[in-house]
Amino acid sequence: MSVAALERPASAAQRVSRDALVMRAGVVLLVAWLLITIALPLWSLLSKSFQDADGHFVGLANYVRYFSTPSLFNSIFNSLWVAVAATAIVIPLAFLYAYALTRTRMPAKGLFYAAALLPLFAPSLLPAISLVYLFGNQGFLKGLLFGASIYGPIGIVVAQVFYCFPHALIILVAALALADARLYEVAEALGTTKPRIFRTVTLPGAKFGLINACFVVFTLVVTDFGIAKVIGGQFNVLATDAYKQVVGQQNFAMGAVVGMILLLPAVLAFAIDRVVQRRQIALLSARAVPLEPRPNKLRDMALIAYAVALGALIAGVLGMAVWASFIKYWPYNLSLTLSNYDFSSFDSAAWSPYFNSLKMATLAALIGTVIVFTGAYLVEKTKVAPAGRAIAHLLAMLPMAVPGLVLGLGYVFFVNARWNPLNVFYGTLIVLVVNSIAHFYTVAHITALTALKQIDPEFESVSASLKVPVWRTFRRVTVPICLPAIIDIAIYLFVNALTTVSAVIFLYGPATKPASVAIVHMDEAGFTAGAAAMATLIVLTALGAKLLHVLLDRLVLLRLQAWRRR
Amino acid sequence: MKSLSEPVAHGSNGSAAAPFLRIDRLKKRFGAFTALNDVSLAVRRGEFVCFLGPSGCGKTTLLRAIAGLDPQDEGTIEIAGRDVSRLPPAARDFGIVFQSYALFPNLTVAANVGYGLVNRGRPRAEIGARVRELLRLVGLADQETKYPVQLSGGQQQRVALARALATSPGLLLLDEPLSALDARVRLRLRDEIKMLQRRLGVTTIMVTHDQEEALSMADRIVVMNHGAIEQVGTPAEIYRTPASAFVADFVGSMTFLDAEVAGPGRIRLGGIDLSCTDANGFARGAPVRVGLRPEEVRVRNIDGATANRLDAKIESLDFLGSFCRAQLKPDAAPGVTILADFSANLVRDLKVEEGQTLTVALPPEALRIFARGEAR
Repeated sequence: MSVAALERPASAAQRVSRDALVMRAGVVLLVAWLLITIALPLWSLLSKSFQDADGHFVGLANYVRYFSTPSLFNSIFNSLWVAVAATAIVIPLAFLYAYALTRTRMPAKGLFYAAALLPLFAPSLLPAISLVYLFGNQGFLKGLLFGASIYGPIGIVVAQVFYCFPHALIILVAALALADARLYEVAEALGTTKPRIFRTVTLPGAKFGLINACFVVFTLVVTDFGIAKVIGGQFNVLATDAYKQVVGQQNFAMGAVVGMILLLPAVLAFAIDRVVQRRQIALLSARAVPLEPRPNKLRDMALIAYAVALGALIAGVLGMAVWASFIKYWPYNLSLTLSNYDFSSFDSAAWSPYFNSLKMATLAALIGTVIVFTGAYLVEKTKVAPAGRAIAHLLAMLPMAVPGLVLGLGYVFFVNARWNPLNVFYGTLIVLVVNSIAHFYTVAHITALTALKQIDPEFESVSASLKVPVWRTFRRVTVPICLPAIIDIAIYLFVNALTTVSAVIFLYGPATKPASVAIVHMDEAGFTAGAAAMATLIVLTALGAKLLHVLLDRLVLLRLQAWRRR
Repeated sequence: MKSLSEPVAHGSNGSAAAPFLRIDRLKKRFGAFTALNDVSLAVRRGEFVCFLGPSGCGKTTLLRAIAGLDPQDEGTIEIAGRDVSRLPPAARDFGIVFQSYALFPNLTVAANVGYGLVNRGRPRAEIGARVRELLRLVGLADQETKYPVQLSGGQQQRVALARALATSPGLLLLDEPLSALDARVRLRLRDEIKMLQRRLGVTTIMVTHDQEEALSMADRIVVMNHGAIEQVGTPAEIYRTPASAFVADFVGSMTFLDAEVAGPGRIRLGGIDLSCTDANGFARGAPVRVGLRPEEVRVRNIDGATANRLDAKIESLDFLGSFCRAQLKPDAAPGVTILADFSANLVRDLKVEEGQTLTVALPPEALRIFARGEAR
């Protein structure tokens, strides 16, 4: 009976060596892609910071000049000050909100969570624009500032609080959701007081989440460009410095130095996150019993009130810019109009930035998802070229530690370089798409890896024993099983490519200006209403994509994933 | 494609003398760890062989080397007279079943079983017929359209078995196929797999750490330890005449006692002289270890002519259901503890109790002698 199987042994051998060949080629391509889109741009940035304007190596001269120019290095203190202040405000607010979402019996938790996550779907510029409307020179709440100006550190900190809140909240909800009910039962059985339980059980359990959230927020604030640009006024921070040096003064070397300094907190945060994650795993055993919050009227009512207030505030601040985008002439004529959406009156590019962004985000989602998922498959599920796969994984994790602004700078130096044959792409949509994929690679990569790790590791072995080529099993089994994760990745890439400002601000060309940059330009030119309108368009599009995601997920689960149901 | 239900017809290279699978001096290292150390083995066509050993002994590594999934560093593997040492898995001829079943969750039972057939460009009707035949064979004829998640563990493992057999492989590899199942299902599937294997005559290798499974299913057992083969033999051989203290200890239970050789066929155990048929090949005075299976300690039918008779005190008696395990201290050698299993009816008939002194016999042919200091 083995005769049938032995009929064509030669062709079987051939087919498999083709299997291994194809996968090896895939790994080589992946490494090449990651080197070109991630490693080389960063290398360009690094080397540029040690060169003068003509490209000669000058050692630390640029750094020396930077630190001996007070107007430049003062920005470091400004950035630190603002970041510390924003972190100190965001973390307690988000912790309490996360506590309300995870440890009370409040109703409509999903709604409150969604409301708090809204800022994720807007460019960071949006809360800043709203603050301008509320507290700016024409703002109706200006009196609340008692003569202080919103343009400057106050505005930056407040806008950052709104922008960073969902990022901190996601981490803290995850940290607080993981709790072992037994620890609480033991503590209560021993007659521990509530405050002591909070101090000895709740806080230690969420400790790593808190540390992680602090660093994430700190890094976000230090490296965010949009808010400081819109509402920073004369208050210089690192992110705006990098922009001014490169775009304003064409001083690439000094821009590179600022970029390198911006890299520091992010790399530190990344390293701490690694350590924290490794420790977090050991904290909760598989046998832990999930905590079910018990009813407690007083606590629940107080936290509901808090969540309502904060949720409304967040939605309100975002809504402010949306409302303002429909106002005829703030604050004198509050009648509604669509004229702010006629962008041709503010900017010669008119509506094209919006369509550029749409095109860019769609392409980033489509191309990025294919590359990321196939790449993660090669890294996780194949056995060829172990060194190549290790390098690919390392490179894929790198963008997490690189702020968009820094990566954008790296792209400027890399793609612009005279020696680089890729410089024909400078200013094209291709560069914007590739840069977006690289910028958001890590989270997408981790999502894909997580999904792939849940698949039985022996599928590839079974396929080989049945003489089925790997790509057939990839297409017929792996991809269908991972479809939810694949859609996740696509939506994540789409929303982030749509809302990002920092990376693309250096890279667009005359014909490829994206919407987020158009917002910066309109705001710069004093057309705040136009900026608000464009930001509103982005928010609506991002929310639309998210809604599509939810619907698609349902559909996929219903139709294509019937096999998941018992 | 031949029907599976027919008895196997031996091919041209199936002469009785030539083994179907020949493994020659296989070596495999993972970093500093030696997973396979010079392993050689021959498996006959149609044989059911179990690789038995503790975790980390190299049994799964050996199976995966045979499959080509984790190729060996050195040595050769021949399947059906063909050197497959350097061939990738798909160019070898085997079906494999894993502990985790590894069923494709998004495909129906029928699509899973037919997965390897579709690739060979057979007509749809033929594949369908073949799938139905296989499902009938494993007793799942009516489950074709279900998804794996809708089946029990035992049913899923049967689907995996059908999928592995679908392409009529010359060699069936089973990697701890029963370990994920609960006890009752495991017993039933054990019999089913054995019967199926007999019926199809497919050469089968099963990896297991469960000695009972190996003893009840295998034609021959390969006991492995530290990446090397300790013993190859039929279940009865492995159990009755273990080649090493490790095998004796791993398969079944055994009391080990330090003794020395007192002369031809005689050993001295803490002041007691015992006759022992296994004590040849050791010099007088050589330190040895004596092994005795607890169920071999005899209590009934002892008279003056019975060899190795001794009086012993029952130190403790643990009730274990169908039998009791006793710790015996011989009066003549109080430092020695011998384990003995007494059946429930023996305990009842003789009113065996803790603290009592009993006359027992240690049958000379049941005493196994091993060199002292041998790794266990």
